[in-house]
Amino acid sequence: MLYNPPSPLETKVLSRRFGLPDSAAIGTYLATDGYQAFLKASKMTPAQIIDEIKASNLRGRGGAGFPTGMKWSFVPRTSPKPKYIVVNGDEGEPGTCKDRVLMENDPHSLIEGCLIAGLAVDAHAGYVYIRGEYRYLIEILEKALAEAYAKGWLGKNIQGTGFDFDLYAHTGAGSYECGEESALLESLEGKRGVPRIRPPFPAVSGAFQCPSVLNNVETFCAVPHILLGGGKAFADLGVPKAGGTKLTALSGHINRPGVYELRLGFPVRQLIEEVGGGIPNGKKLKAFIPGGSSCPILTAAECEGATMDYDSMASRKSMLGSGGVIIMDEDTSMVKVGLRLMRFYSHESCGWCIPCREGTTWLTKIMTRFYDGNGSRADIDLLGDIAKNMLGRTFCPLGDAAALPMISLVEKFRDEFEDYLKGKRREETSGRLVTV
Amino acid sequence: MPDPVKFTIDGLALSAPPGTSVIDAAKKAGIEVPSFCYYEGLTLVAACRMCLVEVEKMPKLMTACTLPVAEGMVVRTNTPQVHTARKYMLEFLLTNHPLDCPVCDKGGECELQDMAFRYGAGESRYTETKVHTPEKQFSPVVFFDAPRCILCYRCVRVCDEGMGVKALGVVSRGVVSEIAPNHGDHLECDECGACIDICPVGALTSGTYRYQTRPWEMTHVGTICTHCSDGCKTTLGTRNDRILRGNNRDRSGINGEFLCIKGRYGFDFYDHPDRLQAPLVRKDGKLEEVSWSEALAAVANKFQQVLGEEGSFGIIGSNHTTNEENYYLQKFARQVLGTNNIDHHRTGDVVTTLDALSGKTGKLATVADLYRAKAVLVLGADLALEHPLLSFQIRANYRHHQAHVYVVTANPVREDKYAAAVVRGRDYASLAARLKAEPDLAILFDDSYKGDDIRAVVEFGEQLGIPVKYVPLVDRSNSRGAVDMGLTPELLPGYQPSGQPGLHYDEMAAADLSVLWVVGANPLKAGASRKAGFLVVQDMFLTETAAQADVVLPAACAYEKNGTVTSGTGELQRIERAVNTMGAKADLEIIGYVAREMGAAAKMGPWTPDAVFQEIRGAVRGYNVPMPVLVTGGAAGTTPINGRVAADARPDLVRSDHNGLFASGTLGRYSKILNSVVESRQSR
Repeated sequence: MLYNPPSPLETKVLSRRFGLPDSAAIGTYLATDGYQAFLKASKMTPAQIIDEIKASNLRGRGGAGFPTGMKWSFVPRTSPKPKYIVVNGDEGEPGTCKDRVLMENDPHSLIEGCLIAGLAVDAHAGYVYIRGEYRYLIEILEKALAEAYAKGWLGKNIQGTGFDFDLYAHTGAGSYECGEESALLESLEGKRGVPRIRPPFPAVSGAFQCPSVLNNVETFCAVPHILLGGGKAFADLGVPKAGGTKLTALSGHINRPGVYELRLGFPVRQLIEEVGGGIPNGKKLKAFIPGGSSCPILTAAECEGATMDYDSMASRKSMLGSGGVIIMDEDTSMVKVGLRLMRFYSHESCGWCIPCREGTTWLTKIMTRFYDGNGSRADIDLLGDIAKNMLGRTFCPLGDAAALPMISLVEKFRDEFEDYLKGKRREETSGRLVTV
Repeated sequence: MPDPVKFTIDGLALSAPPGTSVIDAAKKAGIEVPSFCYYEGLTLVAACRMCLVEVEKMPKLMTACTLPVAEGMVVRTNTPQVHTARKYMLEFLLTNHPLDCPVCDKGGECELQDMAFRYGAGESRYTETKVHTPEKQFSPVVFFDAPRCILCYRCVRVCDEGMGVKALGVVSRGVVSEIAPNHGDHLECDECGACIDICPVGALTSGTYRYQTRPWEMTHVGTICTHCSDGCKTTLGTRNDRILRGNNRDRSGINGEFLCIKGRYGFDFYDHPDRLQAPLVRKDGKLEEVSWSEALAAVANKFQQVLGEEGSFGIIGSNHTTNEENYYLQKFARQVLGTNNIDHHRTGDVVTTLDALSGKTGKLATVADLYRAKAVLVLGADLALEHPLLSFQIRANYRHHQAHVYVVTANPVREDKYAAAVVRGRDYASLAARLKAEPDLAILFDDSYKGDDIRAVVEFGEQLGIPVKYVPLVDRSNSRGAVDMGLTPELLPGYQPSGQPGLHYDEMAAADLSVLWVVGANPLKAGASRKAGFLVVQDMFLTETAAQADVVLPAACAYEKNGTVTSGTGELQRIERAVNTMGAKADLEIIGYVAREMGAAAKMGPWTPDAVFQEIRGAVRGYNVPMPVLVTGGAAGTTPINGRVAADARPDLVRSDHNGLFASGTLGRYSKILNSVVESRQSR
């Protein structure tokens, strides 16, 4: 089921089956080159598979953008321990809703991606960790897995290749922190969802202390296309240091919100104006979150000339992140944005480390007080200072994810915070933003 | 040994073995890196973020606890960035911490206070409301005050890793994360209190110590726990002649920080309301309080009279009393009363073990050996319940050195969980092939192995072809010392044969003796009536035996006297007086006064612990330990004999009480805390 009509500006690679009748069914999948990439990969050596992925310039789609081929090459193939494939489907980043569309419309491409990863690192079992709130996806995925087993695309000696692979769907319990890879592994193992000390990284010691490949849903879904079309062709879709397309979830004050597959390097202006159909009621852009709420917020001015890729965003001191774009128009109250974000992070902080646990809560309390009209000028400095004291000192990136938007808010929109104190409160014209 | 790694911390050129953490390396170099969650011996959690240091070429501050030293690494702990990080980490911690230090048990010895004092954050910018939850009681021992908790997870880890119990966990998330007990609202655990002592703040407090005192008002006395034979050092905090708490936070003693419920809280029998505080003499069939002089005269006169009539004496000693008292008592029996009718409750067959090991050196494993041995074989005993320190040592050995633990017991024991092999029953011989492959081995056995069983175990151990050490387990704080001091009818101090063995424990309790003198024992516990013509009992309480006595002399407990005791693993340690109970006297003094009354003082020599110990040093092999070790609170290993024991070891007399964690023979009945734990379990 699709949530939005496609845009002519899209480059349909991962989403090419979206909209086909019964797109999630194995019949549809097989009729459209399904599992052919696996058969191709089964005739390749693991090194060849990994080289193909490296050639594609595929970078992790979960947010950090780590080169996938390199990550796979870190798995010690010679280790006597079993190896595991783990799919991060804990899509919790506010503003991001791309993985669920993939799992819903094309679950078999995820399964095939896992199979190919299994071939590459000699793994014979995998887990798809699905966000707890995505209950309905479990059914869809379980059905796809059953189909794959029934048709011999999972299980023992898959299609006579001699390769065995089992894949399991596992649901989280509703914790944002479990989207962090090591916390996900803890949760997968049945423990409390708190992050692990790294190193060792999952490639060496992941699920059940065994070498594991852990990638985002979108990353795995890209793998069959890379194997079929060749790494170079995939790389050419993007920009020099990052290949392929990116599913971008457009939300906020925009006429046509939705998930769109765009080449990496797609211009931000075009994204807003043409793909998204502009801002409702002809309002002006005020702020732009490029990749989920954890990324520093960009002002309209900073968006000038920006493109949707890692380097362009990094040069603006933000991140491409997970591709969850949030558009805010000129009437948005940045104070309310700050409050909403901090509420999210303090609610989701796992509590493991001091700066995140106490920092996010403190920020939320100040923002609440500030929003209620009991703030002071000193609070504005304090907000920035607390966030800076958290930045880079927390156990896992959740603390940074809370600190970065806070810092950008008080630095870039300080005037608005000060105006708010003077009583010039900007009430939102649209209620949609606060539903992140 | 791999080559050491060279690095610098604050400009100091240092080297350390690869794998050393920066925090440890800094500590060794005398540079303090503050931390809450890092704790020596426990796994890393890196949660408190206090140990952040600057490392050259690293973009962010790094946690010194998780960072291993590397060649050429340049670490700085004394920079503005590090100072700021520490200060604001404390500010974060204090945001939700209730500043109830004036009424907090931990005030004065709180790590959070100390850190705030040293690293700033004395002023807080926090003006919001604090998260508050009411205090909870987890068990008779453990109280939890969640708002004070800084979530360093030390308690969770010490319970899981240290004790092997895993009774504490964390529930909820974010700022309302809380430490929680294993059974809903309460704990079912060893009640050892390790979680309380390891808590850096006042979040976990003890049911016995809370709101009793300020820490700086106490005097701290390091002594040895009087319950089981493991010989744990417990540091008693006292004020106004009252013991307020026990712990061993300074890690002195063979137990380091370890203590079980008995060592930490089980001292409380000393001020039980039933404690005897005046001598009792039977008058018209009833025991009446009299003065010490009257009671001593009654005993001495009776002893003189029976001596004159050539009547019979029987003496039953204790396995709680000191070596000095035991030595002095047997000397009195043999030299003044002229009898070998002297015995104590034997709880392990030490005599056969020593005899079987005759001629070999270094064969008795110490507590430290159990932490270092590459392999450990446990025969019969449920160590976690009966010898918690030894169990802790073996568990630590497994965690830190991956020691192989072999368990041969009748029933499941806690060691099973990580054992290399488990055999139910007694067929240890089936492990021979695996044991032969070990580099060395320590074998522990309880009283289910005695006499020929022990000879077979020793023979088995010696044919393995690897270095093997042994531990014959015994019950009480000085069970081992009682045998060493010749508190048996067949052996003199140092395992010299007595020539003519007298009556043993059970025989004396049942014989028609003219006089039975019981010092710190309860032979009529089972309800038998006395047979002796005259019964003298020295005890703290009116036990079943004391209730039948003609004269009861109130004795001081182990925490009210000086002397030495020998642990089951042979460590000789000093006990030190912590408090006084009015009216009670140390057994040594009482025996001395009886001797004086009888005019035998000169023959017996002075009844001060030091003087008697000097005599022991000359008389018993192995007790000639270096005095500096002993007087500074150290433990000195003893091997009281190395040759055949030329007497019948009487394995038939050996029987252990197999007391678990919440029982301690007759003494355990008078401990409020042990009883309250048992009662709270029964009431569920």
